[in-house]
Amino acid sequence: MNYQVNEKGYYGEFGGAYIPEMMVPNIEELRRTYLEIIQSYDFRQEFIGLLKNYVGRPSPLYLAKRLSEKYQSNIFLKREDLNHTGSHKINNTIGQILVAKKLGKTRIIAETGAGQHGLATATVCALMGLECIVYMGEVDVERQVPNVKKMRMLGAKVIPALSGSKTLKDATNEAMRDWINNPVDTHYIIGSVVGPHPYPDMVARFQSVISEEIRWQLDEQTGRENPTRVIACVGGGSNAAGAFYHFLDQENVELIGVEAAGKGVDTNESAATLTLGTPGVLHSSRSILMQTDDGQVTEPYSISAGLDYPGIGPMHANLFTTHRAKYLWATDAEVLDAALELTQLEGIIPALESAHALAVLKKIQLKPDEVTVINLSGRGDKDMETYLKYFGY
Amino acid sequence: MNNRINKLFQEKKEQILSVYFTAGYPNLEDTVPMIQELVKNGVDLIEIGMPFSDPVADGPVIQHSSLIALQNGMSIRKLFDQLKDIRQTVDIPLILMGYINPVLQYGVAAFCQKCKEIGIDGLIIPDLPMDVFEEEFKKVFEANGLHNIFLITPQTSEERLRKIDAVSTGFIYMVSSNSTTGAKTSVSELQNEYFERVNSFGLKNPRLIGFGISNAETFANACQYSSGAIIGSAFVKALEGSDPLHQKVSGFINSIVTVS
Repeated sequence: MNYQVNEKGYYGEFGGAYIPEMMVPNIEELRRTYLEIIQSYDFRQEFIGLLKNYVGRPSPLYLAKRLSEKYQSNIFLKREDLNHTGSHKINNTIGQILVAKKLGKTRIIAETGAGQHGLATATVCALMGLECIVYMGEVDVERQVPNVKKMRMLGAKVIPALSGSKTLKDATNEAMRDWINNPVDTHYIIGSVVGPHPYPDMVARFQSVISEEIRWQLDEQTGRENPTRVIACVGGGSNAAGAFYHFLDQENVELIGVEAAGKGVDTNESAATLTLGTPGVLHSSRSILMQTDDGQVTEPYSISAGLDYPGIGPMHANLFTTHRAKYLWATDAEVLDAALELTQLEGIIPALESAHALAVLKKIQLKPDEVTVINLSGRGDKDMETYLKYFGY
Repeated sequence: MNNRINKLFQEKKEQILSVYFTAGYPNLEDTVPMIQELVKNGVDLIEIGMPFSDPVADGPVIQHSSLIALQNGMSIRKLFDQLKDIRQTVDIPLILMGYINPVLQYGVAAFCQKCKEIGIDGLIIPDLPMDVFEEEFKKVFEANGLHNIFLITPQTSEERLRKIDAVSTGFIYMVSSNSTTGAKTSVSELQNEYFERVNSFGLKNPRLIGFGISNAETFANACQYSSGAIIGSAFVKALEGSDPLHQKVSGFINSIVTVS
């Protein structure tokens, strides 16, 4: 089975470009040119060079011994938290800023939830000397203060989104409106595998470096390229898309995405889209989303700003529907426990988002001879206030 | 297909005034009285907005009216219920305007069927792309006598414009500038050049100009370059305040056109 996007921009029945006419010229330009640009020799050289010398790739694949002992199995952590700016988001922003430059754009806009994508965008804009505007829900501006300050220090303008639940969905709406109003000089760096085609595919390709490295690193350390399973957290789904990418066709590798259940999937405060959602169109692609019978998008909730989103990328909707990947969930409380567990067993403070992936270790059966790779998508610096409040240190 | 929209453009070649409002705003039950007041004040065409939680093509005014309408309890089902007898009192063309997701949830076929029963003449769904419309929606729209109205912008290429003209059956919605609704309140020389350029193509469909039409001056300017114009945000904005609905409507419409 083919799990990649088809020539019309769909993953099975999901994807496409449900865009207003005002966005057509920009999206068409991108659709026509993105593959040629990112597959060109010059682009590859520059992209790979920056990932190595600026981002610090390859990120380590680390056998977490004490964690493995506790769960009586072999658990590897893919250390995306060690990338420059502290998460996997920089892989995509490096790629897209090079695309934007190639297209002659001078103004960059982005949405952000936890601020990791905003920070990664502000960083590459500083690197390339381009104007940067980041839309961020007002609630997230308040709960992710360090990232907001970093973005401003990097020269980006952070504009709070005041509509809806004032989180990631609303920031994305504002970024789209900005692009509609600035159709000529602006490139929109979408931070996840969401949005109209070709964004989900383009972002997945830039993030696919994660699973490309996992394969050779695992081979180097264990003599096998394929783990038993790969686990990653899912909001829009970019780190999971990157961690799954080169294993999609390796049907014997189990793929597990972990959604944010917030206070629980049976409460009204959750962001577990695949568990609670139905098919529909949000942010210009057909996917699965949390909505009412009337087709109004539901306001999500999660302790993690990066996963607090009522939709999911079309690639994941297809992997879910075809049962190629399994999607579990973790509640706020389970996530906080998992974050503390990793911190005290391995000396690594994970981002709240990444702690969702760790939390399902308690929910699945691990066997002693199995190899599990968890994508540790980001570090916990930005979440210290939440952690300190909860644990009372 | 030949319905009230085609008839309007056959009978009236200029100065067509089309007005948009959000159903259920300012009050849930304002929908029908609003339509009746607009008709009484000589409006030629009405676009009834179906509120959506995430209106990405709209500026702050229609975002706000949509939010209030939804909080008031507006839904597609409620709207259809309010409109069920509208054709007993109203003869002018009626268009429903909204985003694709609520239509998908209602079910496209059921939605179009209901539109036909009520006497809706056309739909404007900004996030329904032309290729998806042709493949999945065109047949069922046509079977129910519904025109799909496409938007064009100053950035729309000539090739695409001609394609849109070929697919269109009612009229073309000429967006005055690449923007969200209500973002601009004037129309520049540059935009007039774009209107003239489009006029020189000899398209088969008539055009109405929308976005940035907010007063008598911008309406008159738009009418020089097209069959008429569409007013949305400026009208919705005029609905604020505590005056009775009929006063707010007549006050606004009279500020745009002198009733002849």
